Amino acid sequence: MTTAIAFLLAATFVISVGGLALLVWALANDQFTLGPGAASTIFADGEVGRIEDPATPAADREQMQREREDDAVVEPGEDEDARRAEQELVSRREADASTRVPVLWWLVSSLFWLAVASVLGVVASVKLHVPEWLVSEAALTFGRIRPAHLNTASYGWASMAGVAVGIWLVPRLFKARLVGGHWATLGAAVWNLGVFAGVAAILTGRSDGLEWLEFPWQVDVLLVAGGGLAAVPLILTLLRRRVQHLYVSAWYLISALVWFPMLFLTANLPNLFSGVEQSMLNWWYAHNVLGLWMTPLGLAAAYYMIPKIVGAPIYSYGLSLIGFWALALFYSQVGLHHLIGGPVPTWAVTLSIVHSVMMVIPVLAVAVNHHMTVARHWRLLIYSPTLRFVTVGAMLYTAASVQGSLESLRVVNAVTHFTHYTVAHAHLGAYGFFSFVLFGSIYFIVPRATGREWPFPRAISAHFWLVFLGFVVYFWPLTIGGWLQGLAMLDPDRPFMESVEVTKPYLVARSVGGTLMTLGHLVFVVHAALVLGGRSARSAGATLFRRLEEPA
Amino acid sequence: MTRALGILAGAAMILLFATLMIVVMPTIQLQSSARIPEGLEPYSDSAARGRALYVSLGCMYCHSQQPRDPGLAPDGLRGWGRPSVPGDYRYDSPHLLGTMRTGPDLLNIGARQPSVDWHLAHLYDPRALSPGSTMPSYPFLFRRTEKPADGSVVVELPPGRAPASGAVVATQDALDLVQYLLELDRTYPVETLPQAGGTGS
Repeated sequence: MTTAIAFLLAATFVISVGGLALLVWALANDQFTLGPGAASTIFADGEVGRIEDPATPAADREQMQREREDDAVVEPGEDEDARRAEQELVSRREADASTRVPVLWWLVSSLFWLAVASVLGVVASVKLHVPEWLVSEAALTFGRIRPAHLNTASYGWASMAGVAVGIWLVPRLFKARLVGGHWATLGAAVWNLGVFAGVAAILTGRSDGLEWLEFPWQVDVLLVAGGGLAAVPLILTLLRRRVQHLYVSAWYLISALVWFPMLFLTANLPNLFSGVEQSMLNWWYAHNVLGLWMTPLGLAAAYYMIPKIVGAPIYSYGLSLIGFWALALFYSQVGLHHLIGGPVPTWAVTLSIVHSVMMVIPVLAVAVNHHMTVARHWRLLIYSPTLRFVTVGAMLYTAASVQGSLESLRVVNAVTHFTHYTVAHAHLGAYGFFSFVLFGSIYFIVPRATGREWPFPRAISAHFWLVFLGFVVYFWPLTIGGWLQGLAMLDPDRPFMESVEVTKPYLVARSVGGTLMTLGHLVFVVHAALVLGGRSARSAGATLFRRLEEPA
Repeated sequence: MTRALGILAGAAMILLFATLMIVVMPTIQLQSSARIPEGLEPYSDSAARGRALYVSLGCMYCHSQQPRDPGLAPDGLRGWGRPSVPGDYRYDSPHLLGTMRTGPDLLNIGARQPSVDWHLAHLYDPRALSPGSTMPSYPFLFRRTEKPADGSVVVELPPGRAPASGAVVATQDALDLVQYLLELDRTYPVETLPQAGGTGS
């Protein structure tokens, strides 16, 4: 104990001094000054006030632009000379095209894994209420299908799509052509190999046995190499950037780039820990991979897509600074709330609970920014499926985070821990927030990267409503069933089997919801295949919808 | 913010700090007060193989191994045992604390259900012994045979659940897995964790 306290004191001292030095440096170098133009970095001069949504048909785009002008909200930077934008738009178009190969490789791979993960998810879900289904082979047992679903969904779909969106954002954020894109293309191949090998390892019983860290270390090497290669163009383009100010999306991308390798490498070092210590490392990793990898990627995309589509800078740029650093500070220490009541030091668990509650600060900062930006132009939601996906995603981010803060409280956790409630919550974050934002971003990106339109606007709507309604049917029954399960387990007078019986109808409903979501994904994947197979019209020359009338 | 390096350094430092707080610090505390409980034995070879099978079949995704304090949940009243302490997991790698209780906690299943026959039959056909259970069966851990060889372990199934002819024989894998389950027994007494103002070290 004495050693620990001495160490803590020394560490606190060193870290405070280091932090203070960093703060002094930041103030001296004017790092925290966000000029009025900073939020408009992502716009060309005179572009504010013009919507951009490559996923909607031209007629809808015109209607969107008209609605946008009827909003009677004049954003800062609006009404500048629109003609000055043209030159910049030509170079932006070139920059968009420069991401084509790496972005499409990461994207196509992610869509493949989305389909695989969806099917695995439904199979695992059905197995929970039809336990005798597919039991003859060890590879098909629930205990292998479930982690195969989790790993394909998180490392195959979510991470690869997140990286694709990240790579595509790079030239837009730095206003320069993507440099070294072929490294990222190679990275996609290596990463894919890693996910393939990892899933094969799980299905054949070679899992490491730690949740979120099932891939054996030999496979982890591939993911580290693939991720490292994907980071090369980010760094190279950053060095050649033509903007002074780094837009908020860039902060999130840069930090995700640092965090993921730190997390993934540390957590996968073989034989570092065992027993209870290992469980703490496990949950330090597993929650940080959501908080410091997926969340920054998703927020980077949302912080770009929302203002860009509605043609208005973010509501309060100063808030985004608070949101970013508070997220880093608080999210990084929430992991141990997964071990409430477990055999680990209580003070460490309490620390994680405190940080979980403090997460309300960055979440509110982000929520105000995203929701206020959309709220001022909410009618655009009617026309733009891209905006609809991203906005719903941003709303569910708020919901998932607030729910997470509440869930970490001991009274609530006593009920929800060890139940399906937690599974519903995990999907609210990873699916409701992250995947929805990715869906929207992909609809935006594909026409820009390929120069081809989405052929069937109705398919986009079908995708949206299938996954939206599917997710409602997934989330609510599982949440209610999980809560009832928790209550049953807390009552010593009810036999354990009651906590199993009570969940059964809800688990069936979850399978129905999951099936609807899977159908939506198949529509999405087929639709994307049509575009990528060249079965759609080339998009019109202008990359940006013109103002209908020149500003007075 | 205009300096990528500033963001990079800030982000890295914050994560290092977090790691120090919620991984390194508690680990130092645990290891400085580490004591292997007197009643805890290392797993036998058979149980160690069974444990590897438990990991590879993903039993952990439905069964936790961490009875909680009576103040938090009635785990003790369910017969799942006293609240576990760090020493109970001294020989556990990978750890199998788990996050779900789709099925019951198993840290003391060996004490609660010490019958090999029960476990074998339960793995072969969970609903034969535990009606309403949603646990999958594990037929691939067993073999059907008309005439069991000498020394093979025949699974005793309740009437109506046994095959019409012949017998179900446990493979070595099934026996190893059951051996592991039987060695999940942390019922020996332990000192509790240090309490605030208490007598702990």
